[in-house]
Amino acid sequence: MLRIKEGGLSTTVQDTGRFGNYHIGMPPSGAVDQYAHRIANFLVGNEADAATLEMTYSGPTLEFEEDALIAVCGADMSPSLDGEAVSTWTAIGVDAGQSLEFQFATEGARAYLAVAGGVDVEQVMESRATYTLIGIGGYEGRTLEAGDELPVGEPAADAQEGATVDDDVVPDYGSEDTIRVVMGLCDYRLTDEGRDVLLGTQWKISDEADRVGYRLDADVDIQDLFEEREQPFGAGTDPTNVVDLGYPIGSIQMAGQPIVLMRDAVTGGGYATVGTVVSPDRGTLAQGRSHETVTFESVSVDEALTIRESWNDQLDALREELLG
Amino acid sequence: MGESRIERQSLPSPRYEYGADDHVFVELAESMSFTANFKAQAITQEVRGRDLPGIVEVAPSNASYLIHFDPGQIQPDDLIEDLRDIEDEIDLTEYTWEARVIDIPVLYDDPWTHETLMKFRDRHQDPDATDLEYSARINGFDGPEEFIEAHAGAPHMVTMVGFVPGLPWTFQMVPRDQQIEVPKYVQPRTETPSRAVGFGGAFTAIYPVQGAGGYQLFGRTPVEVLDVGQELDTFADSMVLPNPGDIINFRRIDRDEYDSIREEVESGEYGYDIGTVDFEPEEFFERPESYTQQLTEVLD
Repeated sequence: MLRIKEGGLSTTVQDTGRFGNYHIGMPPSGAVDQYAHRIANFLVGNEADAATLEMTYSGPTLEFEEDALIAVCGADMSPSLDGEAVSTWTAIGVDAGQSLEFQFATEGARAYLAVAGGVDVEQVMESRATYTLIGIGGYEGRTLEAGDELPVGEPAADAQEGATVDDDVVPDYGSEDTIRVVMGLCDYRLTDEGRDVLLGTQWKISDEADRVGYRLDADVDIQDLFEEREQPFGAGTDPTNVVDLGYPIGSIQMAGQPIVLMRDAVTGGGYATVGTVVSPDRGTLAQGRSHETVTFESVSVDEALTIRESWNDQLDALREELLG
Repeated sequence: MGESRIERQSLPSPRYEYGADDHVFVELAESMSFTANFKAQAITQEVRGRDLPGIVEVAPSNASYLIHFDPGQIQPDDLIEDLRDIEDEIDLTEYTWEARVIDIPVLYDDPWTHETLMKFRDRHQDPDATDLEYSARINGFDGPEEFIEAHAGAPHMVTMVGFVPGLPWTFQMVPRDQQIEVPKYVQPRTETPSRAVGFGGAFTAIYPVQGAGGYQLFGRTPVEVLDVGQELDTFADSMVLPNPGDIINFRRIDRDEYDSIREEVESGEYGYDIGTVDFEPEEFFERPESYTQQLTEVLD
């Protein structure tokens, strides 16, 4: 059992996501940075789909009721056990009764705490991921608060204290990010110049950047990027409007400003989407902090497939190394 | 003179678009029509039926559809090839389905959405009118009364579910010249009451939960379209009521009926009025008015 003493800024139980219900408006949820989530799991002997705690900017304080094996990956929140600093990206042994504490993240936005055996809350539609908008999954469908008690599953027998990964596996969150995008969907609505502006602008991550979407700011009038046309029947009058359609996770929706849709996204709507962030880069963007800047780089679908494949290969190799 | 028909639209070639490495988005038409929507329903149903490898999500939308797949199991170009084959093979004139007809009582011009819309007049095209007055005027109706009669006068088909879980987009089952069309708010509101019935573009939506929204507000229903706790019998199998292809009958009610239905919903005793029909698009296109009237007769 994990006893939450302070909830942190926004801490939720997350996993690899809830699938199969997009057509009724259910986004996948799950860890927005799957890279850090999965490595944290592998370090403590869990499979990728075990549930971790996703911590945002400022983590919780929690007490362990039993001995445990944990790993913290992702943004650097300087974890400490009973006041002693502990390593990140490393499996750490915890004694029953010890308290784990975090500081405000110095780099990156989200860290993941994995516990051997996984956070064992009940599944909703085959997933433990929290989706706070309608209050399902995770712990009572909400962010964690003081007093919450989270059950832990049965650890794998051979999980090892001290397991760690090479330095080159750990991302550098502080650097300015290039986010790779496959342009498309409704990008026919953009003028050539509008497309150049989208790809040539340094976008600032706004204060509204969360699990639903990352809103990006710049001194750009979005309507000016669009082709003029007589709006088709049912689309609505604004040039950025289309007949309401499904939004891919990772797509860039042009709703007054570009919004990159994350894992708790609205599943559809009437704003033109003009491209989709390549799947591994969605996690990179999710580590971007408000007021940091990002630029989009257009890649082909073949390049996107190669990027995904090498991301998968890297994680498979780590899984092999850590889980055997 | 016979009743007016709904013309089948000739659709352009679909646009197959990559959504990065793991999605394919297919736009069947840029404008809304029953032809485009039924095609989206038919193709996505066939995709589900074919058991293609690596398919994660299949989501039909108004005039398009979206597929989320695992490229480790199927390459996007192979998937697109399969989708083109399905598009070639499917015969829309033969496509029929078992549709649910669902009674949705609505208190039009209710006090809750009225209060909300009055708060956001500065974000509206016509700050001096209510949403109903504005929508009635720009659609050539004498006033809200006549407009409400038209909105509740013929059923609406669920052509897409999404935005948030359980939110139906519905498209009224009337010929194009009788379709209502209203722009969305100039700037979206930050508030919308739960169960609000709103309208934007050519679609009516029911907001399952309170939140932001840009649709014109017409009324509020006392019944739920999302029941996360699955406490009402109708939600035993799914926490979401509407599904694409369902037919919704918006029925105008007064405040007394609203209150009594709401009480039953809150005590978990409300029984939804839902019937089932074999929906035949050909019949619908040929004689929409008498056919939809016949469909709603399955309701109590």
